[in-house]
Order: sequence, then structure tokens, then C-alpha cells
Amino acid sequence: MGFFKFFQSSKEDQSAKRAKDRLQVLIAHQRTDRTGPDYLPMLRQDILDVIKKYVSVGDDALSVQVDQQDDCDVLELNITLPEDAEATANALSVAKRRAQERAQEATGA
Amino acid sequence: MTKTIVVTSGKGGVGKTTTSASIATGLAKRGYKTVVIDFDVGLRNLDLVMGCERRVVYDLVNLVNQESSLHQTLIKDKRIENLYILPASQTRDKDALTIEGIARVMHKLKKSDFDYIICDSPAGIEKGAKMALYFADEAIVTTNPEVSSVRDSDRILGILQSESKRSKMNEEPVKEHLLITRYNPGRVKDGQMLSVDDIVDLLAIPLLGIIPESPTVLDCSNEGKPVILDDDSEAGQAYSDAIDRLLGEITKPHRFMEAPKKGFLSRLFG
Ligand SMILES: Nc1ncnc2c1ncn2[C@@H]1O[C@H](COP(=O)(O)OP(=O)(O)O)[C@@H](O)[C@H]1O
Ligand SMILES: [Mg+2]
Repeated sequence: MGFFKFFQSSKEDQSAKRAKDRLQVLIAHQRTDRTGPDYLPMLRQDILDVIKKYVSVGDDALSVQVDQQDDCDVLELNITLPEDAEATANALSVAKRRAQERAQEATGA
Repeated sequence: MTKTIVVTSGKGGVGKTTTSASIATGLAKRGYKTVVIDFDVGLRNLDLVMGCERRVVYDLVNLVNQESSLHQTLIKDKRIENLYILPASQTRDKDALTIEGIARVMHKLKKSDFDYIICDSPAGIEKGAKMALYFADEAIVTTNPEVSSVRDSDRILGILQSESKRSKMNEEPVKEHLLITRYNPGRVKDGQMLSVDDIVDLLAIPLLGIIPESPTVLDCSNEGKPVILDDDSEAGQAYSDAIDRLLGEITKPHRFMEAPKKGFLSRLFG
């Protein structure tokens, strides 16, 4: 083991980097859920359900964040497509637009 | 003024009990009258780590139910003056505790002039863990450099900020401290383990200390001796540094973050 590890470029072994990236997403979710408006977790679930009508994605494919900008709240949606989803990308953009419209309605923006 | 500190984490097996024992012992060694309470009802093991398991007569549930007095229930440590252990029940379950009952116990401890009450939380984010953190003035969030532990620590921070007594009463928030335990600098250097900086970045709370992964911790728990009493061990020294910071020496530099330099041969074959 040690023999091979010695020659392995250390870049191939950076699992800590992936751990940090994943945690950044997870923790941002958790914080939005607890500091954002009460309806946010439900809103997030509804949007996710709509996305799933068009593409098969996991529960972590959608991140929802509320940011303060000047004097209004901006709802930011980020949807991560699976690798093989190019064919469904069009459908997804429809889904995303619909989700944004509903989200805007919900925030009253 | 009594200070109540909860040692919490969400995830199990990260070192809460080890930390509670060493922090309580360290504070008592510096002359503060300290009690450490095992909130892990049904799964007590603080008594084992403290080496007083054969002296347990009454427990926290008896005290909460007013079946025993404070004097009868507290176990006085044999090594350190000013140190007391309040064991958990082995036979009851978590529902045996109520906030009102714990409030009565806390009140009695304050009247007995304790300087510090250290609460060793059970794992999880359910009732037992919430009970342990409810009365806290400060929290030591114990975290391993591992994805699930960091995530759970963040969840516990959320609970401290919304479900502690201080948050419910709109008082000054619980003071949060990050304690990274079971740290392995070698694996961090190889990029296999989250680094101190990563974890501080992610959780964004002040760092109280870094306890390295060390076989001495197991040796000490075998003997029933808090590792802070082992002055020669890195883990013991790291806990001692953490006490200094807890008591206000916040600029004390962190040790044990660097991997020992490996020679060529041990890098090749290690
Ligand atoms: N710094 C450390 N180095 C090595 N082992 C440790 C360290 N801290 C804790 N452990 C071990 O990890 C296990 C879990 O520790 P414990 O304190 O009981 O965790 P918790 O109370 O969070 O469940 C125990 O076997 C303990 O000896
Ligand atoms: Mg424990």
C-alpha cells in the first residue's frame, strides 16, 4: 500500500476536498431551512416534485436560498442536472421557469 | 455565578463523554467547584470514564424524581478536590427526565455554589439531547473531521439557537465553542481528511481546541482516568490548552495540528 501511495500523485487522493464541497451545500441547505421563511422547506419540496416530473434527480439536486439584496429578499434556486440529462434539459428549463414563477408568487414578489 | 456548559454533537461516538470528563476534571484541578452530569439516561458511561462506576448508588432520575437528595446522589471524585459526578440511570429511559425536574436539580446545584456544571449530552437531536442543552450558557460542540459529524454539529447549532432556554427567553445567545476531536494530521496532510480550517470555515464558530487521535485516550478509559490527568499525552495537553481558552486565554496557539515528519522509508512502506 505505502509503496504505491508514495508514487501516487496526491491530487488523485483529495477526498477531503469533495467532503468539503458536499458539506458546503448541505450546510447551506440546513441554514436556509432554519433561518428562511417558515414555508421554505415546503416550497422546496414542491419545486423538487415538479422537477422530478421531468427529470430523475435526487433530493439534493435543488438548493434554495434566500438572500437579502437592498431592501428585498431574493429567492435563489439552483438545480443540478444529472450527467445524462442533456436530453431533458429543455424540459427542465420549463420546469425551472414554472418553479420560479410559483416561488415569486409565494414570496409575493 | 454558576456557569452551565453542555458538551454536545448530534452524532454519537465523537468524544463527548471523553471531553466532558476531561473538561470537568481540568476545571476542578484549577480550583473551580465542578459537577459533571451524565444525561445519557439508559446508556450511562461517564461513570466508567471517570472510574467511579462502583460507587454509584443513586442517579439523575432518582434526583429528578426526588427519591434521593443531592448530597446522596453526587459522587465525590477521589483524585481531584472540588470535582463531583452525577451519574445517569442505567435502567430508565430518556422519558424519565422532564425540564421541570432538571430545572429543580440545576437550582439545587447553583445553591450549592458550584462554579461549573458540565452536561454530557447523549447522541441524537431528540429529546435527550435537547434536555441536556436546554439550560446551557455555553456549548462545546464536539466534532470529528468527518462529513456526518460536521453536518450534525451544524444541526445542533441550529437547536442551540432556537430551542435552548436562552433563545426561548430572548436572552443573550448560548456561547458556542468548536472542539475538533480525533484529529489525524497525517491524513489531513494526505488530503484524506477535512482540515481544521475546513471545519472552522464550514461551521463558522470560534475554535476552542483540537484533540488529536491518540491511543492514550483508550488506555485512560480502560483505567477509568480522564485523559487530561495524563500530562505526558498529547490529548491530555490539548485538553489542558482548551481549558485555558475556555477560561479566557483565547489567543493561546493551537498545537498538534502538524503531522510528524516521516522519513523516506516510512513514507515508502508505512
Ligand atoms: N482523541 C481521541 N483519540 C482516540 N480515541 C478517542 C478520542 N476521543 C474519543 N475516543 C474514543 O472514541 C470512542 C467514543 O468516545 P466517547 O467519548 O464515548 O464519545 P461520545 O460520548 O460522543 O459517544 C471511545 O472509545 C473513546 O475512547
Ligand atoms: Mg457519551
